[in-house]
Amino acid sequence: MIINGVQIDETFAEAFPMRATRVIITAQNHKWAHISAQAFTGFATSVIACGCEAGIERELDPSETPDGRPGVSAMIFAMGWKSLAWQLETRSGQCVLTSPTSALFAGIDEGEPIPLGKNLRYFGDGFQISKHINGKRYWRIPVMDGEFLTQETTGVVKAIGGGNFLVLAESQPQALAACEAAIEAMRQVPNVIMPFPGGVVRSGSKVGSKYKSLNASTNDAFCPTLKGQTKTELSPEIESVMEIVIDGLTEEDIKKSMRAGIAAVCELGASQGIRRVSAGNYGGKLGPFLFHLHEIMA
Amino acid sequence: MTTLSFALKISLQQRVDVSPLTPDNLVGKSTGEIAAIELQAGNRKVRTDEIFTLSGDDTLNIVFKTASTKLDYIGKGNGKGVITVDGDAGAYLGFQLKGGIINVSGSVGAYAACEMRNGEINIGGNAGDFLGAALPGNKKGLQGGVVIVKGNVGERVGDHMRRGSILIEGNAGAYLGSRMTAGTIGVLGEVGAYPGYAMKRGTLLLIKAPAAIPSTFNDCGAHTLGFLPLLLKGFQSYNTQFGAMAEKVKRVRRYAGDMSGVGKGEILVVI
Repeated sequence: MIINGVQIDETFAEAFPMRATRVIITAQNHKWAHISAQAFTGFATSVIACGCEAGIERELDPSETPDGRPGVSAMIFAMGWKSLAWQLETRSGQCVLTSPTSALFAGIDEGEPIPLGKNLRYFGDGFQISKHINGKRYWRIPVMDGEFLTQETTGVVKAIGGGNFLVLAESQPQALAACEAAIEAMRQVPNVIMPFPGGVVRSGSKVGSKYKSLNASTNDAFCPTLKGQTKTELSPEIESVMEIVIDGLTEEDIKKSMRAGIAAVCELGASQGIRRVSAGNYGGKLGPFLFHLHEIMA
Repeated sequence: MTTLSFALKISLQQRVDVSPLTPDNLVGKSTGEIAAIELQAGNRKVRTDEIFTLSGDDTLNIVFKTASTKLDYIGKGNGKGVITVDGDAGAYLGFQLKGGIINVSGSVGAYAACEMRNGEINIGGNAGDFLGAALPGNKKGLQGGVVIVKGNVGERVGDHMRRGSILIEGNAGAYLGSRMTAGTIGVLGEVGAYPGYAMKRGTLLLIKAPAAIPSTFNDCGAHTLGFLPLLLKGFQSYNTQFGAMAEKVKRVRRYAGDMSGVGKGEILVVI
């Protein structure tokens, strides 16, 4: 398959099951909602070392938030219920509770509830106040800038992590430009996040390593400087490869996101130095969800 | 199916306990069986059809027509359906209500919504003393749901209230929210003396400042509280003016008390 001169490899991205929730962070203005959300989703690029994967989903107008203030929706993914609950609680406590003017609400009502403000309330040292509003419990926790308002729980749902595609370009600036265009398009798709910095990862990994203590190591087959040194997947003109990783609530969400991203990459085309789009797969050993590029772009 | 209606056909001399006439109790019963239900009237029992003319068959939608202040315990312990009262109702309206809706076009007596657990009560007129309170000696008043009163209410509203909301669009009597444990009471009009007397926790939201803040409540200053728009927005699905105030009410003066006791309650006066 070739789109605008860009070869779409006949391969698939391999993804695995995760658990996820969404939170809504509001603040006095979008600037502070973003600051809080960025802190909340910081150091959450990969479950390998971060314990979770998190990212900002989109900006919310005041009409879309529970308290009628500007907000941001963020999603957090982890391998299980317990690790998700732990990550959510520590991040909420250290990054949202601490952030000026912030409030924190559940973004998913269905699924199994996990604590959001349920335990944060104890920060109120007995001065915290509970309010039941339309069947949901909220906590008002007195803090130095006023009150921190948070919902008691948020819902955990089954989700998918590790959807991905690789952009192969003739130069590093061209690969990055294509990925930036892809991320902009993919941010219009709901229910997905791209957890790596700016949505793009330049250090894609393979499973295993020559070093026993490491589970993952550099994906040498896609490293352009190793073309003559390892069993490479790259043709001579490829000088840079970047990857976009997608976590989503459903297979359909990830497919929509991948389609939007790859379409944006192909729109730049071969004339902008984009030569191929491929995907990271591990021969079906990593997870049960397979995203075939040709099917997605058909 | 048509609304099951109970039209009062005699002038009541005694109070009548109509607690058996709820959707929970009547579901599956024929008109004949309903007519034969015995009601306590004063010191004797009377058949339902001795005092009411029955019509209709929808037991989930009950109407008391030409109702009287002598009809007590309307909707007692009910959990579903809609009960409509055309006119006034007696005491203990919605006593221990578990769900469903009660709409009253007129006024109600004392102890309306007493120990109510959930559901919705709309009162078009006034309500008597001890609205949403606990029975004397009991510790838990209103424990959930929403009570809306378009008119005025009596004294000791929300006594021992534990959860839920009471929204009063008229004036409230003395000792509003006395011994309250939690929940929210909103008042658009004037409030009587000693609001929040012995209040442990909970919120009194007053649109108009009371004549005097009790001496056992301490001024915590003026604040913009983020939960207020959320709280008021939550009332937009109900027939109350409070829902329309979500955009307006943000800044309040907060008084904490009752400091003679636990002191974790609050009177919020809109400024």
